[in-house]
Amino acid sequence: MDNIQITLIASSALFLFFIFELTRKKRIRESYSLVWFLAGLVLLVFSVFRGLLDKLAALFGVVYAPALIIPVILLMGLLLGIHFSIVISKLTEDNKRLIQEVGLMKHRIRQLETENKPK
Amino acid sequence: MKILTIVPAYNEAGSIEATITHIRAVDLDLEIVVIDDCSTDQTAALAYAAGVDVVRLPINLGIGGAVQTGFRFAVDNHFDIAVQVDGDGQHDPAFIPNLIAPILEDRADVVVGSRFIRREGFQSLFMRRLGIRLFQHLNRLLIRQKITDSTSGFRAYNAAALRVLQHNYPVDYPEPEALVLLKKRRFRLAEVPVLMRNRHAGESSISGWKSIYYMIKVTLSILIESVRLPDG
Repeated sequence: MDNIQITLIASSALFLFFIFELTRKKRIRESYSLVWFLAGLVLLVFSVFRGLLDKLAALFGVVYAPALIIPVILLMGLLLGIHFSIVISKLTEDNKRLIQEVGLMKHRIRQLETENKPK
Repeated sequence: MKILTIVPAYNEAGSIEATITHIRAVDLDLEIVVIDDCSTDQTAALAYAAGVDVVRLPINLGIGGAVQTGFRFAVDNHFDIAVQVDGDGQHDPAFIPNLIAPILEDRADVVVGSRFIRREGFQSLFMRRLGIRLFQHLNRLLIRQKITDSTSGFRAYNAAALRVLQHNYPVDYPEPEALVLLKKRRFRLAEVPVLMRNRHAGESSISGWKSIYYMIKVTLSILIESVRLPDG
């Protein structure tokens, strides 16, 4: 085991620990941490089993194994980006409804207050 | 027959009082709700002083979200008809009786006030007219009905249409898209001629580069709305 592999394994483990800590402190919801745990595990597996990437590359017919990493990362980034767009869209819609509800309720409270004003 | 006028307003202190006065001058029993979209000026205070219902949104939602608040207000308070009259003074409330006539006669569920049927009054700016033309043809293709002024927000809705729109109204630039949405749910659309004025005060929300974004965004929204399933 050479230095680079030790560094990679340590970084992957650190990454997983970081995600774990964020989830434990409720900075990330469990449902959203899942995808990051998965990413960290993939990193860890590939740093422990060095031959895995070469085998995978051979399977896809890629001559230069590291070239396989770029499209995989790109695809993951895209999927994550889309996932966040979905989450933000839902949040925006929920937020809109809440703002409308607050406005309507404040109006109703004001109405009730004037109706029940002691004479 | 309970009729509500929904007046969405964002920083319209210069014209809100006049709008309310003009609505009150109409020979109908109209209730008024001003939806103040988190204005930073005196809009809400002036509306309160005028003695109308005011719903103040705590955060700015934009025209779509503000108008939808009005729809929800109309449904919650069991109104039979709601008319949208913008707070900037472009819509002349004197046309409200014409606007609600097709609903009263049960010829339509939704009525759009169009400035292009008689081609009188403020005809909007060149670029805006070009966009309106584009939406006119796009809409005709998609809903198979000619709507000459699909960007007009001067509209009347019956209770059935309001019940759908309170849950389902487009956000950013809602007017052209809402027509497709309504038509797909088999609501009957009608247009009546109205005169529009140039705004009393304030500025149009759409100008410059924004108008190009507006055209692209609305075109995309209309196209997507037309393939969306009605329950979606």
